[in-house]
Parts: sequence; structure tokens; C-alpha cells
Amino acid sequence: MPVLFLSDIPVETMNEEQYYTKLKTIVSPYLPEDVSADAIGMDSHFVNELNINSAHLVDIVLDVEDEFDIVLENEDMDAMQTVRDAVALIERKRLATDL
Amino acid sequence: MGVCAPNGIGLEGFGRALREGHSGIRFQPDLEALNFGCQVAGKPEIEPAMIESYLTPVQRKGLLANGLIYGLIAGKDAWIDAGLDPVREGPPDWESGIMFGTGLLGVDKFREAVYNVDAGQVRKLGSTSVIQTMASGISAFLGGELGCGNQVSTNSSACTTGTEGVLLGWERIRSGLAERMLTGSCSDSGPYIWGGFDAMRILPRNYNNDPESASRPMSASTAGFVPGSGAGALLLESLDSAKRRGARIYAEVLGGAVNCGGQRQGGSMTAPNPVAVQRCIQEALERAGVHPSRIDSINGHLTATSKDAEEIENWCLALGRSGTDFPFVNSFKGTIGHCLAAAGSIECVGALLQFGEGAVFGNRNCEDLHPRIAERITPEKAPVQTKPCTLNILAKASFGFGDVNACVIFKRYTS
Repeated sequence: MPVLFLSDIPVETMNEEQYYTKLKTIVSPYLPEDVSADAIGMDSHFVNELNINSAHLVDIVLDVEDEFDIVLENEDMDAMQTVRDAVALIERKRLATDL
Repeated sequence: MGVCAPNGIGLEGFGRALREGHSGIRFQPDLEALNFGCQVAGKPEIEPAMIESYLTPVQRKGLLANGLIYGLIAGKDAWIDAGLDPVREGPPDWESGIMFGTGLLGVDKFREAVYNVDAGQVRKLGSTSVIQTMASGISAFLGGELGCGNQVSTNSSACTTGTEGVLLGWERIRSGLAERMLTGSCSDSGPYIWGGFDAMRILPRNYNNDPESASRPMSASTAGFVPGSGAGALLLESLDSAKRRGARIYAEVLGGAVNCGGQRQGGSMTAPNPVAVQRCIQEALERAGVHPSRIDSINGHLTATSKDAEEIENWCLALGRSGTDFPFVNSFKGTIGHCLAAAGSIECVGALLQFGEGAVFGNRNCEDLHPRIAERITPEKAPVQTKPCTLNILAKASFGFGDVNACVIFKRYTS
């Protein structure tokens, strides 16, 4: 009987656009009422531009972990200032998980 | 005023339910699954669409504190009903404060946190674990929503909480420290909040097939109180300010008193010292400047236990009135159950609705008045059906674990 190791399953490859779309879905509920989801751009700063309450960054990190099946450390969170930072971080973590 | 009660959400629905004796006590399948002796309870029925209209998507994320939801609905409704702006921009309103009490807030959220912590997953708690489980979470939420800049705090005195809150708000306004105070209280629903009472064997166990008959205040066949939940809220304001704004005025708070029986003279952690109860009622009357003969109606604590007869005796002694001379008396717990920390505020709201209604709301499930009560007062004074009459002065009392008491005297407002 063939044994299948988890590491044999390749992580589904995603392009930047796909990461962005998924992130937008995760981030949208945390936007203040006066900020529309259309305002979420690749270079948007979560706190300074999207006006997300910094306490909610913790919740966004947890949602990202669940969605992409990765674990983010405190320093990862500190580095996650913009949507682009988040995409890069998620991609790096997913690849690391695959190794 | 605002209310989120097991038999009605909003003043209109709640008032109608009390007038017509509609029960909000239902069979709770979750309590059956968990082997509770008492499987009936009172729980506000909230449609998801309603929650959406009171809370933003981000506030709703991971929200498990149902008492918080009840409190927000009642608190915001009271604010709007008083003619105040719920979406005011700009600096806080320094003259408006909040005293919104609770017993234990967000118990379902706390349970989630305990499971995560014990599994070594403290990081999974997210950002709202604290604000949903701190007792003052409800006043903090309302304070932010309404932009209140005066004292924003939470009182907690078991089942006296809501009635005590009215007096705390009243005292602050009277002492000139605030122009208006939103007072109220809320209580979670569910097995974790009710379980302790089931364990004490003070809840009825023989009505699981007949929930609407389970809560029987003042009845000879009472078998214990039915647990309830929800929230009530009252906006208190100085008369000058309320008149200036042209606000709708339901009643005037003439005075009141809080005290504690010290768990002496027959009082204990769970039973009231009768001397303290009588003192509390008499002090409330004295402070209100009201002679006992002027009380038209009493809304009692009357939880539907064997203590109800004792409570009636205490009212008789405190007022020096009995038989046909006794005021009307009612308990709303027959239709909503005992809403614990929320009981006082929900019942104050219900009691004050009687002024506008021109009636004393009827007592559900007390057709068989307890003989010890019937010895003291004429049965007609505890009407089973809503009875039209003119009410001018009303006394509301609540008593709680810890042998704590609160009594407020309200007067119908006439301009």
C-alpha cells in the first residue's frame, strides 16, 4: 500500500493577484465604516491608510493563518505593515511549509 | 427606555406581552442535552438581521457575549427613545454618562478562551477576548457607540444590579455631576450562566413539557425560579434638561434606597434579612418624601420561590398596609423568568410602561395564590389579568445574593 506523505503534496501555487484577492476578503470586515473595500490596494498601509484599529491586526493575522495554513510569529506581525508585506510574508511562509 | 426581554424586544412588543401575559419562557434543547434538571428558560429571540442593524461586521466577528448584544440593543434603543442622537460626531458629550451593570459578561467567550489557553493556544484568543469578558465591556461598548464623556462604569450586585443602577445614576445627576445617565443592566443566557442555579436545586424541574407554566410567582404551586436573560435600559436626566430638549418623560424618580442585611437576623448569602428589606423600603419612601399610603402599585422582586410569601409580609410590615388596603402587586417573572443581573432594569422598564398604559399588568400563573400571601392581602391586589387603573406612585424593589436590597419610588410624570 503506497504511503502518501504530506510533504509530497505540492502547495498550490498562487500568483500575486490571487493572494491579493484572498487578503482583500480577509481584511474587508475589519475596515472602519467610512473606508470601502475598494480602497484596499497592493501598497495600502493597514493602520495608516486603511485606518484599521491596530488591535484588529491580531485578528487579521489569525484569519490569515487559518486561510493559508501557516503560523505567523510576533516579528512577522511587526513586518506586516502593508498589503504587499502580507503577500510576501504569506508566500514565504507557504514555501517554507512545503520544504 | 429600551428593552431586550425574553417575551419582547423593544418597548412596544414588551409592553404588549406584559399586558396580554405572553410568556417568553421556552424549552431549551441545549439544557436537555446537558442533563439540566430545569430545561426551560427565558431568552430574547433575536433575528440575525437585528444584530446586523446594531453591530458593524467587525464588531460581530467572533462575538459570543450574548449579554453584550442584549445590552447594546436595550441601551441604544433607550438613547434613541430619549430623543438623543446615536451617531453624534465630534467630542464626547461630557454631560452624559453610563452606569450599565452585569453579573458575569461574555461567559461563552470566556469558555472559548479557557479551551484555547488550556490547549497552549493563548495566541488564538484574538483581540476581543478581553472586551467581551470584562464586566464593564457593556458600558465600554455603549460609551464608544454613544460618545459619552461623563462617568462610564458598571455596577454589579447580583439580582439587585439593575434597580441599584437606577439609583446610582439618579444620585450622580442629583449631585450635579452629570446631566444625564444611561442606566441599565444585562445578563447572558445559556447553560454556563444558569448551571450554578440548577446545581443549587432552586429551579423548577417538573415543567420541562410545559414551559409557560414553569414560572409561578406568588403561587401556592411554585417550584423555584425559571432562569432568564436579557437587558433593560433607562435614560435618567435632570428634569430641566429633559424639558429643555422636549424629551419624552415616562416617570420621575422620587427617591430610593440600597442596603444590605449583613447576612444577619435570618439573612444569608442567598436569603434576605427581613429587617433589612423593610428598612430599605422605608428609607426609600422617606427619601422620596412619600407616605406609604400613597403607593398605588408594587413591582416586587418575587422570583417564584417559597420566599415570595416572606417578601409580601415584608411589604405589609414596611408599608403598614394589608388586606384590601394593600397596593396592587405584580411580578413580571411569570412571563420572563428571573433575568438575574438584568431583572431589575427589565422590570423597571415594564413597571414604568404601566403609567402610560393606565393599568397594572397581570400576574401570570398565580391563579392559586399562596395561602400565606392570601392571609395577608386581598387576592384582587395580585391581579391575574391586566387591570385598568390610574397609577401615580409605584415602588420597585429588587433583592440579590449577598443579602443586598434596592428599592426605587417612581412617580407618573405630569407636566
